[in-house]
Amino acid sequence: MGEAVVRVIVNGESREATVEPRLTLADFLREECHLTGTHLGCEHGVCGACTVLVNGAAVRSCLMLAVQAEGTEITTIEGIANSDGTLSAVQQAFREAHGLQCGFCTPGFVISVTAFLRDHPEPSDQSIREALSGNLCRCTGYQGIINAVRLAAGTVGEDRTTGAIT
Amino acid sequence: MAIEAAHEAETGSVTGARFVGQRVARVEDARFLTGHGRFVDDIAVPGVLHAAFARSDVARGTITSIDTTVAQAMPGVAAVFVANDLNDLGHDYLPDGEAAHGRHRPFRVLAGGDVRCVGEPIVMVVADSRYLAEDAIDTIEIGIESSPPLLKRERALDSDAPIVHTGAPSNLYGEIPAEENPDLEAVLALAPVVLTETFHQHRYATVPMETRGIVARWEPGPDELTVWISTQGPHGVRSLMARMLGLKDTQVRVIMPDVGGAFGLKMNPRQEELAVVFATRLLGRPVKWIQDRRENLLCDDHAREDQATVTMATDDQGVLLGAKVDFLEGAGAFPAAFSSATVFSSRLFPGPYRFSAFSASAQTVHTNTSGRGSYRGPWMFETVAREQMMDCLAAKLGIDPLELRRRNVLGEADMPYAMAGGFVYDQMTAAETLEQAAEMIGYDEFREQQRAWRAEGRLVGIGIGLLVEPTAMAHAFMATDGAVVRIGPNGQADVFTSVASHGQSLETTIAQVVADELGLDVAQVRVVQGDTAATPFGPGTGGSRSAVVPSSAARIAAQEVRSHMIAIVAHVLEASPDDLEIVDGRVQVIGTPTRGMTIAEVAAKAYTEPASLPEGVPLGLEAQSRFTPGSFCTWANACHICVVEVDPATGAVEILRYVVSEDCGVMINPNVVEGQIAGGVVQGIGGVLYEHLPYDDAGNPLATTFVDYLLPTAAEVPEIEYGHIETHAPTNPGGHKGLGEGGAIAAPPAVINAVADALAPLGAQVRSQPLGPADVVALIEAASARTS
Ligand code: FES
Ligand code: FES
Repeated sequence: MGEAVVRVIVNGESREATVEPRLTLADFLREECHLTGTHLGCEHGVCGACTVLVNGAAVRSCLMLAVQAEGTEITTIEGIANSDGTLSAVQQAFREAHGLQCGFCTPGFVISVTAFLRDHPEPSDQSIREALSGNLCRCTGYQGIINAVRLAAGTVGEDRTTGAIT
Repeated sequence: MAIEAAHEAETGSVTGARFVGQRVARVEDARFLTGHGRFVDDIAVPGVLHAAFARSDVARGTITSIDTTVAQAMPGVAAVFVANDLNDLGHDYLPDGEAAHGRHRPFRVLAGGDVRCVGEPIVMVVADSRYLAEDAIDTIEIGIESSPPLLKRERALDSDAPIVHTGAPSNLYGEIPAEENPDLEAVLALAPVVLTETFHQHRYATVPMETRGIVARWEPGPDELTVWISTQGPHGVRSLMARMLGLKDTQVRVIMPDVGGAFGLKMNPRQEELAVVFATRLLGRPVKWIQDRRENLLCDDHAREDQATVTMATDDQGVLLGAKVDFLEGAGAFPAAFSSATVFSSRLFPGPYRFSAFSASAQTVHTNTSGRGSYRGPWMFETVAREQMMDCLAAKLGIDPLELRRRNVLGEADMPYAMAGGFVYDQMTAAETLEQAAEMIGYDEFREQQRAWRAEGRLVGIGIGLLVEPTAMAHAFMATDGAVVRIGPNGQADVFTSVASHGQSLETTIAQVVADELGLDVAQVRVVQGDTAATPFGPGTGGSRSAVVPSSAARIAAQEVRSHMIAIVAHVLEASPDDLEIVDGRVQVIGTPTRGMTIAEVAAKAYTEPASLPEGVPLGLEAQSRFTPGSFCTWANACHICVVEVDPATGAVEILRYVVSEDCGVMINPNVVEGQIAGGVVQGIGGVLYEHLPYDDAGNPLATTFVDYLLPTAAEVPEIEYGHIETHAPTNPGGHKGLGEGGAIAAPPAVINAVADALAPLGAQVRSQPLGPADVVALIEAASARTS
């Protein structure tokens, strides 16, 4: 099988590697870059655990080949914290709202939510739920995750459906 | 939203508790949120080989040929194994819990001679990378002459049914035969109301977001095996692997790294993990296998698949007089555990209700399908069938389902109570949780509103699920847990616990318990878990035990360390131990806080000034403890009530409200409690409304990706509302009860009953699951066919 060179910037650092064309971006990040925070929950594009930012867009790294990422800038969960090392607002909100249990889905959710809130700083409850629906979590029942997004967006305490059925 | 109702009589919290009972943010989050969790696939072992498996695509048949010549010659392929290479190497494949019961469970590492379900592993390839291993698998030719499979549990005991396990006398895996019960027969003959119904539950899957996985390394020099495995407890894995390989336990070290959920799936290593261990032993090189999602859905342990025929009798006021239940459980070909129905469901069926005439029978049968596992509350069909039956009875009697339950439910006033299944409840607040949940959801107002909605043609219904949860089962292999608490010379504490978390937040909750006992901050207590080289023996998670058994061991060890600190300071200050307290890291005289020592000072003395310690106090600051609860079960209970709306055109079910009132004893951390409830509830909702593992007529599983196997997402789940009743459990010093499984047990009947209530005006009868849109439309159509 032929090989190709991939040059990318990952979490601000340039990386270059010679890889098989069939190598997925997820495996490239995990194995070549030793960034194992990007998780594989399905390898067929449904669970969202492998989500990373490619040129700012949330992308499923199990569905993208490393060679397709040539020349891009990638942010993984390891690059999400603030530059001083403290947790980002989204990470902090997940902690405060008990938005994770086993932590396996968490990197994918944090990345997806980071991109979502950047593009939708004042989301409605409905749009939060829709935005989260591309990531699967098996532990939390999504309660803590939804609350974390509300917390990070500053919409905590706003009116919700609970208590009244219309 | 949470309502916290302190229960009058025995409200429990540790005296002077600073952390127990608080919503303490989790210690473990920092690493998970930054991508520094370390799961088994993240373990880097130099020179590791990767395993992949060729599997059967036939449900039942004879293997006529296996051709691996191409694979063996491929560059990068280190070895190819078939059944003959591995199956006879093992000495004993049963894990500890079962070995103790002398039960037989069919098991083999690789299929040889015949295949018994689709997905059964036949060949293992070990190669330099996973990509190469899978390339090699693609070249393997396996000839199988197929024969008609047995797929339906209802057919398993027919005289002409194919036999799943060649040579076995029948397909029966476990049984409690029906017994004569003259008292019950008399009740059933005379009772004014007797109703019989049969309920079905479909097969679904156990799908933690992290699949199974293992890295195993045999080192020929020291003759030692090191295993990193995604499991629910390293100690059971260690003894199983040692027994299987004919090694001493002391030659095996098992490390449980971070685990991405398990829910019962990872209680026991399965074929592939054992094959990997054989491979490293044979090759002398480390070997790794990470299950992919297709393998997980194709042939890993399935969940549920039950049936029960229930007869219940009442007087004309709806007071229960007796019940009879016959369970039939599908175990698949190679189940991961013993039958739930015979061991547990049959005894637990009476649940939170007052009646004494009872009999139960159960049969668990093999079919040519993937094996049944121990998914969160594996016995739960007793609750599903019983709670569905209560609603059927209510309809027959013309009594509201809430009122019918009120007339029969057990509460604190009834305790202790010898329930009909043979257990004695020492504590029970089912009545109290029923009332709390009914009030939270506004049951009476809902009924009023429902009349108006029904008049408008809206299909809105309410459903109740009442649950008694047997937690912290303490027997045989699971009788005890242990802990070592050690304050080091600098005054910080390590807790070595026999249990390990795969999402339960134990690094936080056990630290809370220990921090309170030691007077330290949570941040100064580190919980060490999941390594047989470092931690005391324990069975791992299972049966919702962590808050009760291992936490109590940690608490008692911490109390002992505390008493050592008090004795040392009393000696130094020439004070009475009774006059000392530990506050914020200082051991000091009550009322004169300036007289005292910091814990760091006490610790330094304990390690470095042996001569200055009082007599009878051991050197250092360390204690170990092993705990067993005061009875076989610590009983928890809960009531779930939900409101759903059914779209009559599409059959889609929307959950409009979901309320849980839970009594899990003294809560260590309400966030963790609510998180466990929520996770279980959403798994239960998923099971009823979305998740389904069907087979075609040839025995091929039809949902092997997340495109076909639907999990609930954030878009579908309701906002769960919690109420808490805290009664101090009598079985352990902290008064805690387990609750890990209850959500997944009580949610299904609550949802099913709500859908049934919504459809009631149409005359639809809900006796089976799943209740996906097509199923609901079919129910509606069947009802209209019946009434027209
Ligand atoms: S692993 Fe990429 S979406 Fe699931
Ligand atoms: S926290 Fe375990 S899968 Fe989401």
